Amino acid sequence: MTFSNLVHAVIDGVLTGSVYALMATGLTLIFGVMDIINVAQGVFVILGSYLSYALSVHFGVDPFVGLLITMPTMFLVGIVVERAFIARLKGPEKTAMSILVTYAVSLVIEGALNMIFSTNPVQINNASYVNSSVHLFGMWLPFIYIYGFILASVLLGSLYFLLYRTRFGASVRASLADQTAAALVGIDVKKVSTICFGIGIAVTAAGGMIYGTTNAFNASSSYDLISRLLTIIVLGGMGSLAGALVAGISMIILEDIVAVAWSPVWSNITFFILLVIVLSFRPQGLFGKQSARVA
Amino acid sequence: MNTKGYFFRLASVATLGASSLIAVGAAESSSALAAGSPIKIGISLSLSGDFSSDGIAFQQGYQLWANDVNAKGGLLGHPVVLDIVSDASDPTQVTANYQKLISQDKVALTFGPYSSLLSLPAAQTVSRYGYALVEGAGGAPSVFAAKLHNLFDVSLPVANALQPFAQWVAGLPKAQRPKTASYVTSNDPFTQPQIPVAKKIMSKAGIKTAYSSVFPAETTDYTPIADRVAQAGAQVVVLGAVDVPTVAAFMKAFAQMHYNPKVFVASAGPDQGTQFTSAVTQKAANGMMVPSSWYGGSANPLSKAMVANFIKVHGGTASQISADIAEAYSVGQTIVAAVKATKGFNNAKIIKYLHSGVKIKTVQGNVKFNSLGENFSMTAYTFQWQGANFVQINPATDPNSKKVVFPKPAW
Repeated sequence: MTFSNLVHAVIDGVLTGSVYALMATGLTLIFGVMDIINVAQGVFVILGSYLSYALSVHFGVDPFVGLLITMPTMFLVGIVVERAFIARLKGPEKTAMSILVTYAVSLVIEGALNMIFSTNPVQINNASYVNSSVHLFGMWLPFIYIYGFILASVLLGSLYFLLYRTRFGASVRASLADQTAAALVGIDVKKVSTICFGIGIAVTAAGGMIYGTTNAFNASSSYDLISRLLTIIVLGGMGSLAGALVAGISMIILEDIVAVAWSPVWSNITFFILLVIVLSFRPQGLFGKQSARVA
Repeated sequence: MNTKGYFFRLASVATLGASSLIAVGAAESSSALAAGSPIKIGISLSLSGDFSSDGIAFQQGYQLWANDVNAKGGLLGHPVVLDIVSDASDPTQVTANYQKLISQDKVALTFGPYSSLLSLPAAQTVSRYGYALVEGAGGAPSVFAAKLHNLFDVSLPVANALQPFAQWVAGLPKAQRPKTASYVTSNDPFTQPQIPVAKKIMSKAGIKTAYSSVFPAETTDYTPIADRVAQAGAQVVVLGAVDVPTVAAFMKAFAQMHYNPKVFVASAGPDQGTQFTSAVTQKAANGMMVPSSWYGGSANPLSKAMVANFIKVHGGTASQISADIAEAYSVGQTIVAAVKATKGFNNAKIIKYLHSGVKIKTVQGNVKFNSLGENFSMTAYTFQWQGANFVQINPATDPNSKKVVFPKPAW
């Protein structure tokens, strides 16, 4: 392994990791505010990929421009799912039940996608930048990864602004800290929860678009995705947005370095060893708060 | 006397005896069917999960065979009914599915699932009930290493699948012969055994290994691995992949890295017809190679008839038909021969017949099993996408082989 290989692996890790961080942010936001473990997040990402694919292939819409349609659509899908299934979950078993309910939702969506698009893998290939790259510092960097990184940065920045610089964000953070106290000071926790679920699903449209331009996918691609997303938010700390960002990027960087320096076979294992070590010393994850886990 | 131990032993003996009776009963009850009543065949297929694409293609192949058999009056006068359940690509679910199919659904015969990963647990399960398991995809050495007497794979044993390809590369005139090769494979029982065979032949011909690596089957981000292959810059890439998305990911990464190997072969993926071309585009597919034992343009009359039937039902062209269809269809043809020869549905007789060294004609070619259930009479071919056509390119001695497009056109 040369120094150039190592630098390339780190750059790849940052570019790809930011997109995973974006997908995981939705998941951790939903858990933080609602105590819901949304195992359907993977299939929502794939639904986002298919929406971008359909717009791109059938209507010639550029995948990035298509986000103006797919993100609001996914927001609405999130609102409907939350109102129809998630809002009904109550009581001490809510978090455990949410796994079953969202798993059922994921199976229904997977079945529907298989019926509509078949199980044949597809890829969003229409845009010219999907297969081209730029030669920088002696290495080829694909445009789609650079654009994906920029998109993820913009969306994560917007999310940060929404959560830390707006009145709605203050309500979300209050709900994140303590739902009962937030309700007592007049925050409509139900409404905040519904909107947060919608936002959490809306970001999957962006993640799904990037995933669909970089990978051939079908509905079953969601299984590999959800395991990775759950791992990211556990490492980062469930409910922590900063944690999702740091864990998403560091996970992919670590995997890429191990794959390049040692062997791809060890990349996942090394990450999980690191995860076990981190959780041994910080059971709440890197940025998680103990109270958030028991809320 | 240890009463507890005595009762435990008694209970164990009783359970074993009961299991054996159920197994014998299940395997033999199927041989006694009322005239004209349907014959049920149990199959577990990956209709969701990682193998769903191939699983659904297998379902089409099995169904096409069943329709064709029923159109000719069924199996010994019994209309064929396929009892297909989904295993979600999960080896644990496969076991549960075959138990259910045999003990609850009372199927008379069982056909195999898709992939070596699922075939082994499937064969082990149906073996306990005395059933034969004829399968179309599951030819990894690890499957046959279990030495199951009831397992029969109608397709080419996978270990030697890349042999004709490697021999073709090694046999190129020295001036044209590539100097370097990269070998990268998923750690799947189907792909991993194929690589050393190809590597040995090509190394012997002086082709140096530029890069060699194994990656986990559950990998989602192929970028660092593909980057390393591209950076190695070998003239030949041998990729051990089980599915289209893996091959597509490498192709895309190579294109983005401006890396154009002279030869690119994948152990599976390019043989999936329209599934492959729709994922990677027809242009990128041009020049891609894959080992297989069947293609849509095969001159085999049985294959021609099947292809015509498939197109009548599903549309498209011969090149767009997945090899999975032929693998599944061959399973059905093998069982037809066995049922006709044994004049019934007795699994013990079917197993004995299939082990007798008999040669059975299928859409993929001849099927003849050795003691492990491997089909050792089938020829390995290499195929290549040339424009919109998927054509046979070797063995060169075969009159159906077309001229190889070499070097592979740029992406």
